[in-house]
Amino acid sequence: MAIDKPYLDVPGTTVFDADQSRHGYWLNQFCMSLMSADNRERFKRDEAAYLDEWAMTADQKQAVLDRDMNRMIALGGNIYFLAKIGATDGKSFQQMAASMTGMSEDEYRDMMVAGGRSPDGNRSVRESGEPAPTTPEQRATSPGKPA
Amino acid sequence: MSARISASVYTSHVPAIGVAIDLGKTDEPYWRPLFDGYDPAKEWFTAHTPDVIILVYNDHATTFSLDIIPTFAIGTAAEYAVADEGWGPRPVPDVVGHPELASHIAYSVIQQDFDLTIVNRLAVDHGLTVPLSLMCGQPSAWPCQVIPVPVNVVHYPIPSGQRCLDLGQAIRRAVESYDDDLDVQIWGTGGMSHQLQGPRAGLINSPFDQAFLDELIAAPTELAKKPHIDYIREAGSEGIELVMWLIARGAMSDLAGGPLPTVRHRFYHVPASNTAVGNLILEN
Repeated sequence: MAIDKPYLDVPGTTVFDADQSRHGYWLNQFCMSLMSADNRERFKRDEAAYLDEWAMTADQKQAVLDRDMNRMIALGGNIYFLAKIGATDGKSFQQMAASMTGMSEDEYRDMMVAGGRSPDGNRSVRESGEPAPTTPEQRATSPGKPA
Repeated sequence: MSARISASVYTSHVPAIGVAIDLGKTDEPYWRPLFDGYDPAKEWFTAHTPDVIILVYNDHATTFSLDIIPTFAIGTAAEYAVADEGWGPRPVPDVVGHPELASHIAYSVIQQDFDLTIVNRLAVDHGLTVPLSLMCGQPSAWPCQVIPVPVNVVHYPIPSGQRCLDLGQAIRRAVESYDDDLDVQIWGTGGMSHQLQGPRAGLINSPFDQAFLDELIAAPTELAKKPHIDYIREAGSEGIELVMWLIARGAMSDLAGGPLPTVRHRFYHVPASNTAVGNLILEN
Protein backbone atom coordinates (compact mmCIF):
# COMPACT_ATOMS: atom_id res chain seq x y z
CA MET A 1 0.00 0.00 0.00
CA ALA A 2 1.35 3.43 -0.90
CA ILE A 3 2.11 5.86 1.89
CA ASP A 4 -0.72 8.37 2.33
CA LYS A 5 0.45 11.91 1.53
CA PRO A 6 -2.51 14.16 2.33
CA TYR A 7 -0.18 17.20 2.22
CA LEU A 8 0.42 17.15 -1.54
CA ASP A 9 -2.38 19.67 -2.19
CA VAL A 10 -1.02 22.32 0.18
CA PRO A 11 0.10 25.18 -2.07
CA GLY A 12 3.65 26.49 -2.04
CA THR A 13 4.73 23.81 0.44
CA THR A 14 7.02 20.78 0.25
CA VAL A 15 6.86 18.31 3.10
CA PHE A 16 10.27 16.73 3.68
CA ASP A 17 9.29 13.09 3.43
CA ALA A 18 11.31 9.99 2.60
CA ASP A 19 10.97 10.52 -1.17
CA GLN A 20 12.26 14.09 -0.97
CA SER A 21 15.00 13.00 1.42
CA ARG A 22 16.19 10.25 -0.90
CA HIS A 23 16.52 12.68 -3.83
CA GLY A 24 18.16 15.30 -1.67
CA TYR A 25 20.53 13.13 0.34
CA TRP A 26 23.83 14.54 -0.96
CA LEU A 27 22.52 18.09 -1.33
CA ASN A 28 21.56 18.06 2.34
CA GLN A 29 24.76 16.34 3.44
CA PHE A 30 26.79 18.99 1.57
CA CYS A 31 24.88 21.61 3.56
CA MET A 32 25.84 19.89 6.83
CA SER A 33 29.52 20.34 5.94
CA LEU A 34 29.04 24.12 6.13
CA MET A 35 28.73 23.93 9.93
CA SER A 36 32.53 24.11 10.06
CA ALA A 37 34.18 27.50 9.58
CA ASP A 38 37.01 25.93 7.56
CA ASN A 39 34.55 24.39 5.11
CA ARG A 40 32.63 27.67 4.80
CA GLU A 41 35.89 29.36 3.82
CA ARG A 42 36.76 26.67 1.29
CA PHE A 43 33.26 26.81 -0.20
CA LYS A 44 33.39 30.58 -0.54
CA ARG A 45 36.83 30.46 -2.20
CA ASP A 46 35.64 28.20 -5.03
CA GLU A 47 32.00 27.17 -4.84
CA ALA A 48 31.96 25.01 -7.97
CA ALA A 49 35.06 23.07 -6.94
CA TYR A 50 33.66 22.49 -3.47
CA LEU A 51 30.34 21.26 -4.87
CA ASP A 52 32.19 18.84 -7.16
CA GLU A 53 33.39 17.02 -4.04
CA TRP A 54 29.79 15.88 -3.46
CA ALA A 55 27.72 13.30 -5.35
CA MET A 56 25.05 15.86 -6.16
CA THR A 57 23.24 16.15 -9.50
CA ALA A 58 24.19 18.93 -11.91
CA ASP A 59 20.77 20.50 -11.29
CA GLN A 60 21.33 20.51 -7.53
CA LYS A 61 24.76 22.11 -7.91
CA GLN A 62 23.37 24.77 -10.24
CA ALA A 63 20.51 25.55 -7.82
CA VAL A 64 23.07 26.08 -5.05
CA LEU A 65 25.21 28.34 -7.25
CA ASP A 66 22.04 30.29 -8.18
CA ARG A 67 20.93 30.39 -4.50
CA ASP A 68 17.49 29.35 -5.80
CA MET A 69 15.98 27.99 -2.59
CA ASN A 70 12.66 26.92 -4.12
CA ARG A 71 14.56 24.89 -6.69
CA MET A 72 16.81 23.38 -4.02
CA ILE A 73 13.71 22.32 -2.08
CA ALA A 74 12.13 20.83 -5.23
CA LEU A 75 15.33 18.83 -5.70
CA GLY A 76 15.16 17.32 -2.23
CA GLY A 77 16.64 20.01 0.01
CA ASN A 78 15.18 20.76 3.43
CA ILE A 79 15.11 24.28 4.83
CA TYR A 80 17.06 23.45 8.01
CA PHE A 81 19.86 21.95 5.93
CA LEU A 82 19.72 24.69 3.29
CA ALA A 83 19.90 27.31 6.04
CA LYS A 84 23.61 26.46 6.35
CA ILE A 85 24.10 27.98 2.88
CA GLY A 86 22.20 31.09 3.96
CA ALA A 87 24.28 31.29 7.12
CA THR A 88 27.47 31.03 5.05
CA ASP A 89 26.17 34.00 3.03
CA GLY A 90 25.39 35.90 6.24
CA LYS A 91 21.65 35.72 5.66
CA SER A 92 18.95 35.38 8.32
CA PHE A 93 16.04 32.93 8.18
CA GLN A 94 13.79 35.88 7.37
CA GLN A 95 15.88 36.82 4.35
CA MET A 96 15.92 33.21 3.19
CA ALA A 97 12.17 32.84 3.62
CA ALA A 98 11.49 36.10 1.78
CA SER A 99 13.59 34.90 -1.16
CA MET A 100 11.14 32.04 -1.73
CA THR A 101 7.98 34.15 -1.81
CA GLY A 102 8.59 36.46 -4.75
CA MET A 103 8.47 39.42 -2.34
CA SER A 104 11.29 41.82 -1.52
CA GLU A 105 12.83 41.55 1.95
CA ASP A 106 11.05 44.76 2.98
CA GLU A 107 7.68 43.60 1.64
CA TYR A 108 8.04 40.28 3.43
CA ARG A 109 9.08 41.90 6.70
CA ASP A 110 6.11 44.29 6.46
CA MET A 111 3.76 41.35 5.86
CA MET A 112 5.09 39.64 8.98
CA VAL A 113 4.79 42.78 11.13
CA ALA A 114 1.20 43.12 9.89
CA GLY A 115 0.41 39.61 11.18
CA GLY A 116 1.82 37.30 8.51
CA ARG A 117 0.29 35.43 5.60
CA SER A 118 -3.28 34.36 6.25
CA PRO A 119 -4.14 30.66 6.02
CA ASP A 120 -7.32 31.66 4.15
CA GLY A 121 -6.92 30.56 0.54
CA ASN A 122 -3.67 28.78 1.45
CA ARG A 123 -4.90 25.56 3.04
CA SER A 124 -5.30 23.61 -0.19
CA VAL A 125 -5.13 24.32 -3.90
CA ARG A 126 -8.78 23.22 -3.94
CA GLU A 127 -9.65 26.52 -2.26
CA SER A 128 -8.66 28.31 -5.45
CA GLY A 129 -10.07 25.64 -7.76
CA GLU A 130 -6.68 24.82 -9.29
CA PRO A 131 -5.60 21.23 -9.89
CA ALA A 132 -3.23 19.77 -7.31
CA PRO A 133 0.43 20.00 -8.34
CA THR A 134 1.79 16.61 -9.34
CA THR A 135 5.56 17.07 -9.30
CA PRO A 136 7.94 18.28 -6.57
CA GLU A 137 8.88 21.14 -8.90
CA GLN A 138 5.27 22.34 -9.18
CA ARG A 139 4.71 22.01 -5.45
CA ALA A 140 7.81 24.00 -4.56
CA THR A 141 6.85 26.90 -6.83
CA SER A 142 3.05 27.00 -6.90
CA PRO A 143 2.15 30.44 -5.64
CA GLY A 144 1.01 30.99 -2.10
CA LYS A 145 -1.81 33.48 -1.74
CA PRO A 146 -0.58 36.87 -0.55
CA ALA A 147 -1.42 38.26 2.88
CA MET B 1 11.35 11.52 48.93
CA SER B 2 11.48 11.04 45.19
CA ALA B 3 11.95 13.38 42.27
CA ARG B 4 8.86 15.16 41.00
CA ILE B 5 7.74 17.31 38.06
CA SER B 6 6.64 20.61 39.56
CA ALA B 7 5.81 22.55 36.40
CA SER B 8 5.87 22.60 32.62
CA VAL B 9 6.96 25.50 30.44
CA TYR B 10 6.08 25.97 26.77
CA THR B 11 7.89 28.38 24.49
CA SER B 12 8.85 29.06 20.90
CA HIS B 13 12.56 28.78 20.09
CA VAL B 14 12.97 31.19 17.15
CA PRO B 15 16.67 31.64 16.26
CA ALA B 16 16.25 35.39 15.64
CA ILE B 17 15.28 35.79 19.32
CA GLY B 18 18.68 34.37 20.26
CA VAL B 19 20.36 36.81 17.89
CA ALA B 20 18.42 39.74 19.41
CA ILE B 21 19.53 38.73 22.92
CA ASP B 22 23.14 38.06 21.91
CA LEU B 23 23.48 41.38 20.05
CA GLY B 24 21.76 43.47 22.75
CA LYS B 25 18.75 44.38 20.59
CA THR B 26 16.05 43.54 23.13
CA ASP B 27 15.14 47.21 23.66
CA GLU B 28 14.56 47.90 19.98
CA PRO B 29 10.90 48.70 19.16
CA TYR B 30 10.58 45.53 17.06
CA TRP B 31 11.63 43.30 19.96
CA ARG B 32 10.45 45.19 23.08
CA PRO B 33 6.87 43.80 23.11
CA LEU B 34 8.17 40.25 22.90
CA PHE B 35 10.68 40.57 25.72
CA ASP B 36 8.19 42.52 27.86
CA GLY B 37 5.84 39.58 27.43
CA TYR B 38 8.49 37.17 28.74
CA ASP B 39 9.35 39.29 31.82
CA PRO B 40 6.73 37.62 34.05
CA ALA B 41 8.00 34.21 32.92
CA LYS B 42 11.56 35.16 33.82
CA GLU B 43 10.42 36.40 37.24
CA TRP B 44 8.51 33.17 37.80
CA PHE B 45 11.56 31.15 36.78
CA THR B 46 13.85 33.06 39.15
CA ALA B 47 11.50 32.17 42.01
CA HIS B 48 11.02 28.58 40.80
CA THR B 49 14.41 27.53 39.46
CA PRO B 50 14.35 23.74 39.48
CA ASP B 51 17.23 21.31 39.97
CA VAL B 52 16.79 19.87 36.47
CA ILE B 53 14.97 20.80 33.27
CA ILE B 54 13.93 18.08 30.84
CA LEU B 55 14.05 20.15 27.67
CA VAL B 56 12.08 18.81 24.70
CA TYR B 57 13.12 20.39 21.40
CA ASN B 58 14.00 19.45 17.86
CA ASP B 59 17.46 19.32 16.41
CA HIS B 60 17.51 21.47 13.25
CA ALA B 61 19.92 19.38 11.13
CA THR B 62 22.66 20.12 13.64
CA THR B 63 23.68 16.94 15.48
CA PHE B 64 21.44 14.74 13.37
CA SER B 65 22.08 14.91 9.62
CA LEU B 66 20.50 12.41 7.24
CA ASP B 67 22.94 9.80 8.59
CA ILE B 68 20.89 9.00 11.70
CA ILE B 69 17.35 10.22 12.41
CA PRO B 70 16.10 9.21 15.88
CA THR B 71 12.40 9.80 16.46
CA PHE B 72 12.83 10.35 20.22
CA ALA B 73 16.25 10.71 21.84
CA ILE B 74 17.60 11.56 25.30
CA GLY B 75 20.94 13.07 26.23
CA THR B 76 22.72 11.18 29.00
CA ALA B 77 25.99 13.16 28.86
CA ALA B 78 27.55 15.34 31.55
CA GLU B 79 27.96 18.31 29.19
CA TYR B 80 26.68 19.56 25.85
CA ALA B 81 28.57 22.00 23.62
CA VAL B 82 26.75 24.88 21.93
CA ALA B 83 26.59 24.16 18.19
CA ASP B 84 27.91 26.20 15.29
CA GLU B 85 24.81 26.20 13.05
CA GLY B 86 26.61 28.11 10.31
CA TRP B 87 26.71 31.59 11.86
CA GLY B 88 29.25 30.53 14.53
CA PRO B 89 28.22 29.22 18.00
CA ARG B 90 25.93 31.43 20.12
CA PRO B 91 27.87 33.17 22.92
CA VAL B 92 26.04 31.29 25.67
CA PRO B 93 27.29 28.87 28.33
CA ASP B 94 27.69 25.18 27.59
CA VAL B 95 24.85 23.07 28.97
CA VAL B 96 25.43 20.85 32.00
CA GLY B 97 23.51 17.59 31.98
CA HIS B 98 22.27 15.23 34.68
CA PRO B 99 23.59 11.83 33.53
CA GLU B 100 22.16 9.86 36.46
CA LEU B 101 18.57 11.08 36.14
CA ALA B 102 18.77 10.96 32.33
CA SER B 103 19.95 7.34 32.41
CA HIS B 104 17.22 6.50 34.89
CA ILE B 105 14.59 8.07 32.61
CA ALA B 106 15.98 6.19 29.60
CA TYR B 107 15.84 2.92 31.52
CA SER B 108 12.34 3.49 32.86
CA VAL B 109 10.84 4.86 29.63
CA ILE B 110 12.30 2.08 27.49
CA GLN B 111 10.85 -0.44 29.97
CA GLN B 112 7.52 1.32 29.33
CA ASP B 113 7.87 0.45 25.61
CA PHE B 114 9.22 3.81 24.32
CA ASP B 115 12.42 3.02 22.42
CA LEU B 116 14.42 6.18 23.10
CA THR B 117 17.77 6.66 21.36
CA ILE B 118 20.50 7.31 23.92
CA VAL B 119 22.86 10.12 22.91
CA ASN B 120 26.12 11.03 24.61
CA ARG B 121 27.62 13.37 22.02
CA LEU B 122 25.17 16.12 21.26
CA ALA B 123 25.84 19.71 20.16
CA VAL B 124 22.77 21.71 21.16
CA ASP B 125 21.31 24.24 18.74
CA HIS B 126 18.91 27.20 19.00
CA GLY B 127 16.05 24.81 19.70
CA LEU B 128 17.49 24.21 23.17
CA THR B 129 19.48 27.39 23.89
CA VAL B 130 16.90 30.02 22.89
CA PRO B 131 14.33 28.78 25.46
CA LEU B 132 17.04 28.91 28.15
CA SER B 133 17.94 32.47 27.13
CA LEU B 134 14.30 33.56 27.12
CA MET B 135 13.64 32.18 30.61
CA CYS B 136 17.05 32.77 32.26
CA GLY B 137 18.49 35.83 30.50
CA GLN B 138 22.26 35.98 30.06
CA PRO B 139 23.88 34.26 33.06
CA SER B 140 27.56 33.19 32.98
CA ALA B 141 26.38 29.64 33.68
CA TRP B 142 22.87 28.17 33.27
CA PRO B 143 21.20 28.01 36.71
CA CYS B 144 20.33 24.31 36.62
CA GLN B 145 21.08 21.03 34.92
CA VAL B 146 19.39 20.18 31.62
CA ILE B 147 18.42 16.86 30.05
CA PRO B 148 17.97 17.33 26.31
CA VAL B 149 15.16 15.36 24.65
CA PRO B 150 15.46 15.88 20.88
CA VAL B 151 12.42 14.87 18.82
CA ASN B 152 12.35 14.43 15.05
CA VAL B 153 9.80 16.83 13.57
CA VAL B 154 11.85 17.64 10.45
CA HIS B 155 12.08 14.40 8.47
CA TYR B 156 8.77 12.58 7.93
CA PRO B 157 7.57 10.22 9.31
CA ILE B 158 7.37 12.13 12.60
CA PRO B 159 5.62 11.06 15.81
CA SER B 160 1.91 11.65 16.31
CA GLY B 161 0.49 13.99 18.93
CA GLN B 162 -0.86 10.97 20.79
CA ARG B 163 2.57 9.34 20.91
CA CYS B 164 4.03 12.59 22.24
CA LEU B 165 1.40 12.87 24.98
CA ASP B 166 1.98 9.24 25.94
CA LEU B 167 5.74 9.77 26.10
CA GLY B 168 5.20 12.66 28.49
CA GLN B 169 3.20 10.39 30.77
CA ALA B 170 5.97 7.80 30.67
CA ILE B 171 8.56 10.47 31.53
CA ARG B 172 6.49 11.57 34.54
CA ARG B 173 6.38 8.00 35.84
CA ALA B 174 10.13 7.71 35.28
CA VAL B 175 10.89 10.90 37.21
CA GLU B 176 8.64 9.90 40.10
CA SER B 177 10.47 6.59 40.42
CA TYR B 178 13.85 8.31 40.89
CA ASP B 179 14.96 8.16 44.51
CA ASP B 180 16.67 11.55 44.92
CA ASP B 181 14.67 14.55 46.06
CA LEU B 182 14.82 16.62 42.86
CA ASP B 183 12.62 19.45 41.61
CA VAL B 184 12.20 18.80 37.88
CA GLN B 185 10.54 20.90 35.19
CA ILE B 186 9.70 19.74 31.69
CA TRP B 187 9.75 22.22 28.83
CA GLY B 188 8.09 21.78 25.45
CA THR B 189 9.47 24.08 22.77
CA GLY B 190 9.04 25.13 19.12
CA GLY B 191 6.15 26.65 17.18
CA MET B 192 3.80 28.34 17.17
CA SER B 193 2.40 28.80 13.63
CA HIS B 194 5.11 29.41 11.05
CA GLN B 195 6.37 28.30 7.67
CA LEU B 196 9.95 28.88 6.55
CA GLN B 197 9.83 27.41 3.04
CA GLY B 198 8.30 27.88 -0.38
CA PRO B 199 5.97 30.58 -1.70
CA ARG B 200 3.69 29.99 1.31
CA ALA B 201 6.44 31.08 3.75
CA GLY B 202 5.28 33.57 6.36
CA LEU B 203 2.02 31.82 7.20
CA ILE B 204 0.67 32.78 10.63
CA ASN B 205 -2.62 31.63 12.17
CA SER B 206 -3.38 33.38 15.45
CA PRO B 207 -6.86 31.84 15.94
CA PHE B 208 -5.33 28.38 15.54
CA ASP B 209 -2.54 29.20 18.01
CA GLN B 210 -4.90 30.61 20.65
CA ALA B 211 -7.20 27.59 20.32
CA PHE B 212 -4.14 25.34 20.63
CA LEU B 213 -3.19 27.05 23.90
CA ASP B 214 -6.76 26.74 25.20
CA GLU B 215 -6.89 23.04 24.40
CA LEU B 216 -3.38 22.38 25.66
CA ILE B 217 -4.42 23.76 29.04
CA ALA B 218 -7.88 22.24 29.34
CA ALA B 219 -8.24 19.33 26.91
CA PRO B 220 -4.83 17.83 26.06
CA THR B 221 -6.18 14.34 25.38
CA GLU B 222 -8.44 15.81 22.68
CA LEU B 223 -5.63 17.95 21.29
CA ALA B 224 -3.41 14.87 21.00
CA LYS B 225 -5.78 13.49 18.34
CA LYS B 226 -5.09 16.36 15.93
CA PRO B 227 -3.52 14.85 12.78
CA HIS B 228 -0.33 16.21 11.23
CA ILE B 229 -2.15 17.49 8.15
CA ASP B 230 -4.16 19.90 10.31
CA TYR B 231 -0.95 21.47 11.61
CA ILE B 232 0.48 21.73 8.09
CA ARG B 233 -2.64 23.34 6.63
CA GLU B 234 -3.48 25.60 9.58
CA ALA B 235 -0.16 26.35 11.29
CA GLY B 236 2.36 26.05 8.44
CA SER B 237 4.83 23.32 7.62
CA GLU B 238 7.12 24.24 10.53
CA GLY B 239 4.16 24.73 12.90
CA ILE B 240 4.28 20.94 13.25
CA GLU B 241 6.86 21.57 15.99
CA LEU B 242 3.86 22.15 18.29
CA VAL B 243 3.42 18.38 18.72
CA MET B 244 6.43 18.55 21.03
CA TRP B 245 4.44 20.67 23.50
CA LEU B 246 2.27 17.59 24.07
CA ILE B 247 5.24 15.72 25.56
CA ALA B 248 5.59 18.35 28.30
CA ARG B 249 1.82 18.47 28.77
CA GLY B 250 1.64 14.68 29.09
CA ALA B 251 4.01 14.85 32.07
CA MET B 252 1.56 16.89 34.17
CA SER B 253 -0.14 15.03 36.99
CA ASP B 254 -3.76 15.71 35.93
CA LEU B 255 -3.27 13.06 33.26
CA ALA B 256 -2.59 10.58 36.07
CA GLY B 257 -5.69 11.50 38.04
CA GLY B 258 -4.44 14.68 39.74
CA PRO B 259 -6.07 18.12 39.62
CA LEU B 260 -5.82 20.38 36.57
CA PRO B 261 -2.58 22.41 36.51
CA THR B 262 -2.56 26.10 37.39
CA VAL B 263 -1.81 28.59 34.60
CA ARG B 264 0.97 30.87 35.88
CA HIS B 265 1.65 32.75 32.66
CA ARG B 266 0.31 32.95 29.12
CA PHE B 267 1.67 35.17 26.38
CA TYR B 268 1.30 35.35 22.60
CA HIS B 269 3.00 37.65 20.13
CA VAL B 270 3.33 38.03 16.33
CA PRO B 271 5.91 38.16 14.87
CA ALA B 272 9.42 37.15 15.77
CA SER B 273 11.03 37.03 12.35
CA ASN B 274 8.86 34.42 10.52
CA THR B 275 7.09 33.04 13.56
CA ALA B 276 4.21 33.40 16.00
CA VAL B 277 5.57 33.20 19.56
CA GLY B 278 3.77 31.54 22.46
CA ASN B 279 4.75 31.12 26.10
CA LEU B 280 2.82 29.22 28.74
CA ILE B 281 3.65 28.10 32.27
CA LEU B 282 1.62 25.37 34.01
CA GLU B 283 2.22 24.36 37.62
CA ASN B 284 1.20 21.06 39.17
